[in-house]
Amino acid sequence: MEFREHTLANGLSIVAECNDEAHTTALGFFVQTGARDETESDAGVSHFLEHMMFKGTPTRTAEDVNREFDDMGAHYNAFTSEEHTVYYAAVLPEFQRAAVELWADVLRPSLRDEDFTTEKQVIIEEIKMYEDQPPYLADDKCRALHYGGHPLSHSVLGTVESIAALPVEAMRKYFERRYSPGNIALVGTGRVDFDGLVTAAEQICGAWKPVEAGRSAPPAPRAKSFHPVYKETSTLEYVLQFSNAPGATDEDRYAAKVLATVLGDDSGSRLYWALVDEGLAEQASLGHQDYQGAGLFMTYMACDPVLAQANLERIAELFAQVQREGITDAELAQAKSKINSRVVLASERPRGRLFNVGGNWIQRREYRTVRDDLERIDRLTRNDLMDVLARYPLSENTTLAIGPAQNLKAPG
Amino acid sequence: MKQSILSHTFASGLVLLAEPMMSLESAAFTFLLPAGCALDPLDYAGLAEVTCELTLRGSGNRDSRQFIEELERLGVEHGQSVSTTHTSYSGAMLSRNLLPTLDVYADLLRRARFPKDQMEPARQVVLQELAAIEDEPGQKLMQELRKHHYPDPWGRTSHGTEAGLKKLSLTQIREHYARNYQPNGTILGVAGNFDWEVLKAHVSALFDDWKPHESQSIVAGGLPPRRAHIPHESNQTQIGIAFDSLAYNHPDYFQAWGAVGVLSGGMSSRLFTEVREKRGLCYSVHATMHSLRDRGSVLCYAGTSSARAQETLDVTLAELVRIAKGVRPDELTRLKARIKSSLIMQQESSISRSSSIARDLYYLDRVRTLDEISQLVDGLSCESINNYLAANPPREFTIVTLGPMPLEVHLGVS
Repeated sequence: MEFREHTLANGLSIVAECNDEAHTTALGFFVQTGARDETESDAGVSHFLEHMMFKGTPTRTAEDVNREFDDMGAHYNAFTSEEHTVYYAAVLPEFQRAAVELWADVLRPSLRDEDFTTEKQVIIEEIKMYEDQPPYLADDKCRALHYGGHPLSHSVLGTVESIAALPVEAMRKYFERRYSPGNIALVGTGRVDFDGLVTAAEQICGAWKPVEAGRSAPPAPRAKSFHPVYKETSTLEYVLQFSNAPGATDEDRYAAKVLATVLGDDSGSRLYWALVDEGLAEQASLGHQDYQGAGLFMTYMACDPVLAQANLERIAELFAQVQREGITDAELAQAKSKINSRVVLASERPRGRLFNVGGNWIQRREYRTVRDDLERIDRLTRNDLMDVLARYPLSENTTLAIGPAQNLKAPG
Repeated sequence: MKQSILSHTFASGLVLLAEPMMSLESAAFTFLLPAGCALDPLDYAGLAEVTCELTLRGSGNRDSRQFIEELERLGVEHGQSVSTTHTSYSGAMLSRNLLPTLDVYADLLRRARFPKDQMEPARQVVLQELAAIEDEPGQKLMQELRKHHYPDPWGRTSHGTEAGLKKLSLTQIREHYARNYQPNGTILGVAGNFDWEVLKAHVSALFDDWKPHESQSIVAGGLPPRRAHIPHESNQTQIGIAFDSLAYNHPDYFQAWGAVGVLSGGMSSRLFTEVREKRGLCYSVHATMHSLRDRGSVLCYAGTSSARAQETLDVTLAELVRIAKGVRPDELTRLKARIKSSLIMQQESSISRSSSIARDLYYLDRVRTLDEISQLVDGLSCESINNYLAANPPREFTIVTLGPMPLEVHLGVS
């Protein structure tokens, strides 16, 4: 296993964790752009643009793009988040060059008017699909309520209205502003020919023009509020709670992840025993997400609407108790062993490593081995977790409940 | 692709299959038990699912909390599910923890405690999961499609019915467990890093004295109606289409599979290109092979705004009918490239191999190595697929929709 790194004159960085034992190669272009870089007038453009990337370039039609990926037998896709847009593929090693060439070409798209109009319909269908599924875009609404005017309040999808109103010119401008080579990392894991990767990037991406593509990362505002939304057609009640947490450059993010595992993992956590095991909720979990300059604890619960009020009280009491009494050594040890095994299992596949190596690079310009991460987690103590709770009390949250329950009140 | 499959059949009928993947640090297992929801009495639909839920709530000398804590101490990523034919338990972990994990599962499979105080919570878990499906229109539609395409019990879903779940008793659950959690028909698939002789001896010690029973036979009912609309207040209409195809053990299975791959494998496939890329009709459209032991089908899904649902159904059906005219050489070449890389990628995952080999044994009575699959795929030609399609064009569609308004079925002469 060897880490290699190179930066082109225009700022595009190329990094790889090269593993000669691997059967396959995973490659990704990690672009530092997402919903937080949008304005009200181009809400949803990052994700829409991610779709438009597949619609062709001056030398390739959309059919060519899809066909050429399939010719390689590539497993490929793309996704957009609040702060990143990632284009990735897993291929057999002999297709490394072809895959890089294709992605690199795709990332300089034509953005043709007629494709824009057709794809707009697909995006609107995607939004409508989520509107029909729990929690009915309540995560977007909770995000907006929690972050107020902060850039992290923006929805990745946008709304049917914002997408319908978006002119193609706004997308072209956004592309010019954000897809600067200095804002992009080409990342490889598994069996990677690094010199070949650099040569290919130099030839194809070397002429990309750099522009200034900064981003503001103000701290998150403090927020505490409760918002019940009545939805008659829903069968279950869905509850989301967002609270602030350590962000991407905060050393406490490791403790935050372990804390989230102890309190809200899908299995064997405090929320699991209190609600799921008891048959009081269909799901109850707590996760940690880190962003630049801010972080989130996100609690999610789905239950029979008649149990919703009592479950809200139970969650509030559970959080209050852990705030008062902390967690046990046994819980900490159990969470560490669970995370250890998950990290090792996920890293067996180049695809699993890609998002870890790419994420570390684009967030912090750092490389960490699997061992580095495991050792960092192993050193954590109960006090480290308590420090996180002291800084970020879970009771200080934005709650959104959506479903058929009526007269829900903030617990306590 | 070098690959060996080790196997041993114990006197009880339990079959152990194992695939060494020595470059991995992990190991994974899959137990398939002949305890599927097809055995549920009609009035007590949900029996197998609640039984499975209850097995997690105490076995051997562990109560429900100790069971979960032990798995987490061993770092086991675990899951369980109930299909029409099987209840399955699977897990992946660091290889050094494989044998202690099998100890835990031997207790679960042979010495579940079924404590009285866990019955209500287990029932509530399944009732809430059943209710949750009402909020997932796409999932609900595909469940309804299977119910309308297969004779009962083959189209069932494991969560049963609210009435059935509410009536179930602990006595019935204990009986179901005693009768169907048994070695005759049970398959244990293991893949990853392990020592075969040690594994075999360990499994033997855990299961040698497990008493087998006759397996229960299942009589299928008549065919349900092939058209249905389920009214649902939503933005989108969900469309499901099914037609008969071949079971996994049929000699021509790969011909049928190849045709479905051209319809719906990769973003250059016909359905994705015609329905989504060219017309922008929907976000999600796909078709897959669905196999039971003695029959198989193609199940197709599309979800779209109600105003465009009729066009989506028309275009999708037209593509299904058009495939009978044949596939092109370039389409087959891409399909082969995709499957070649998929087969190699499978070699990186112990969990995917442990479940594949266990399922192969059930469907085929033997395991197909990745090499053999690779040869079968290499052997496909446009001529062979097109001969199959000419003799077996997609027809007699089962069509189920879920949404505000029913749709019309326009089937031209094909």
